[in-house]
Amino acid sequence: MDWSPIILSLKLAFLTTLILFLLSIPLAYWLSQTQSRLKPFIEALVSMPIVLPPTVIGFYLLLTFSPNHVFGEWLAQGAGIRMVFSFGGLVFASLIYSLPFMVNPIQSALVSLPRSLSEASFVLGKSKLETLVKVLIPNIKSGLLTGVVLTFAHTVGEFGVVMMIGGSIPGETKVASIAIFEEVELLNYSNANTYSMVLIAITFSIIFSLYLYNRNTVAKLLP
Amino acid sequence: MIKLSVHKVLQDAEGDMPLSLDLSIKEGSFVSFFGPSGSGKTSILRMIAGLLTPDSGSIEIEGISWYNSETRQNMKVKDRSVGYLFQEYVLFPNMTVIQNLHYALKKGQDESQVEDLVRLTGLGKLVNRLPETLSGGQKQRVALARALVQQPRALLLDEPLSALDMKSRRQLQSLILDIHQKLNITIILVSHDISEVIRMSERVYKLERGRVIEEGTPLDLFAQPGGGSKFQVVGSLIDKYQQDFVFILTILIGKQVVRLVVSDDEGADLEVGDTVQIVSKAFNPIVSKIEV
Repeated sequence: MDWSPIILSLKLAFLTTLILFLLSIPLAYWLSQTQSRLKPFIEALVSMPIVLPPTVIGFYLLLTFSPNHVFGEWLAQGAGIRMVFSFGGLVFASLIYSLPFMVNPIQSALVSLPRSLSEASFVLGKSKLETLVKVLIPNIKSGLLTGVVLTFAHTVGEFGVVMMIGGSIPGETKVASIAIFEEVELLNYSNANTYSMVLIAITFSIIFSLYLYNRNTVAKLLP
Repeated sequence: MIKLSVHKVLQDAEGDMPLSLDLSIKEGSFVSFFGPSGSGKTSILRMIAGLLTPDSGSIEIEGISWYNSETRQNMKVKDRSVGYLFQEYVLFPNMTVIQNLHYALKKGQDESQVEDLVRLTGLGKLVNRLPETLSGGQKQRVALARALVQQPRALLLDEPLSALDMKSRRQLQSLILDIHQKLNITIILVSHDISEVIRMSERVYKLERGRVIEEGTPLDLFAQPGGGSKFQVVGSLIDKYQQDFVFILTILIGKQVVRLVVSDDEGADLEVGDTVQIVSKAFNPIVSKIEV
C-alpha cells in the first residue's frame, strides 16, 4: 500500500489553508468595509469556483501556464518556474479553487460584528490595522475556524482541478482523490476502498470537531 | 471653547431632514442636547467625534480646527481627542476589564492613569472579569473609565444611561457629575430624559427635526414661566380613567407612583405614556427627612 497520495493530499490542504488564511483576512476585511463600486465584481469573482465545474478552472489554468503560451513561457524561461504538472501549480490552483470557502465565512463574520466595535476603537485613537488585529479578529474566532476547516476539507476533496493541471505524477501531483480514481480503473477495489475510508475518516473528524466547537461557543454565549 | 457650525442632510421616516447647527460650548461646561428620537442628537456627537462627516461647515476645539469644508480639512477619528460613551456600552468582549482600559492607553502613556481611573470609578473588584459577566451599570462604568484614559478634551455621552435601571442610573449620574468636577472636562450629553438633563447639565439645547428650537439653563427651559409655582415635578402618565366629572391619573415620578385627581377638561388631552409636569402652588409642601 502506497501512502504517498494521502500524505500529498494533506500537505496540499495544509499549505493551501495556511496561505489562504493569510490572504483572506485582508481581502475579507476590505470587502466588509468598502463602498467601492468594484465590490460586487470582486465578490462574484471570489465566489465563481463554487458554481463553476472544477474542470473549467483547471482548463484555463492549464492554458495559462502552458509553456506554449506567452505567460507560461515567460514563467518557465524567465523565472524558471514550471506550474503545469508540478506541486507548485497544484497549490496555486487550489488557492483559487478554495478561495471562497475561506473568504466568505470570514467576511460574513466581520459584517455581523456591530459597527460600534470598530468605532469605539477608532475613537480611542487606534488605527484600522490595530483595530483589526486586536479587536475584530479575536471576536470572529468561530468564522475563522469555519473558514479554515472548510478550506482544508474542500482542498482534500478536490479532483477536477488537480486532474487537469496536475496530471498524476506519483509523489508530486498524485493526490488521494486521483489515486482512488486510478485504482478503480485498474479494478483494485480494495486499495480504492482503503484510500476512500481514510479520506472519509479524516474529513468527518475535521467537520465533526468544527460543529462540536461551534456548539460549545454558542452554549457559552447563552446564559 | 468648542465651536460647531455644521450642516448635514439626514434621512428620517418623513424623508430628508436637514440638520443645521451653529453654537459654541464653553470649555469645562456640561451641556445637553435634548429632544425626541430622530431629532439628530446622536448625529451631532458622531460629527464631533469624526464618525460622521458633515455636508458643510466647521468644527473647532480650543482653537484647533477638526473639520472645515472650505479648506477640505477633516481630521481622522483617531487623531481627535474625544471620549465617547455609546448607549450600548461597546466594551471589547475578548478583553477583561483591565485589558479594555489598557487598550485605550496611548503609546508610551503612563499606566498610572488606568489605576487612578479604576479607583475613581470603583472598578477595583472587577478588573479581571470579562464584559459578558458584568451588569449594565458595571459595563457602563468600565466604558466611562475607558473613555477617560487618554485624558480627552471632551467627553461625549450618547444616551449612555437609557438602558439602565433607576438605581444604576442614579449612581452613574453622580459618578459623571463627580468626574466633571474633578477633571474639569467639557461634557456633552445627548438624552431624551428630562430629569437627567435637568439634574446633570448647565445648559440645554432643545432639538426638533435637526434644529435648536430653544436653549438656556434647564430651569429656563423646563419651568413654566410666570407660574409662581411652589414646587414642580416631572413624571410619566401610566394610567388614566374617568370617574363622574373627574379623571384619576396614576403617575410615575422616579420610582414612586402617585394618584391624582384632575378636572375633566384638564385630563382630556392627556394620554397614557405622556411625560407630564405636576405643579402645585396652593400650599407649602412639608419636607422632612425619612430613614430608609
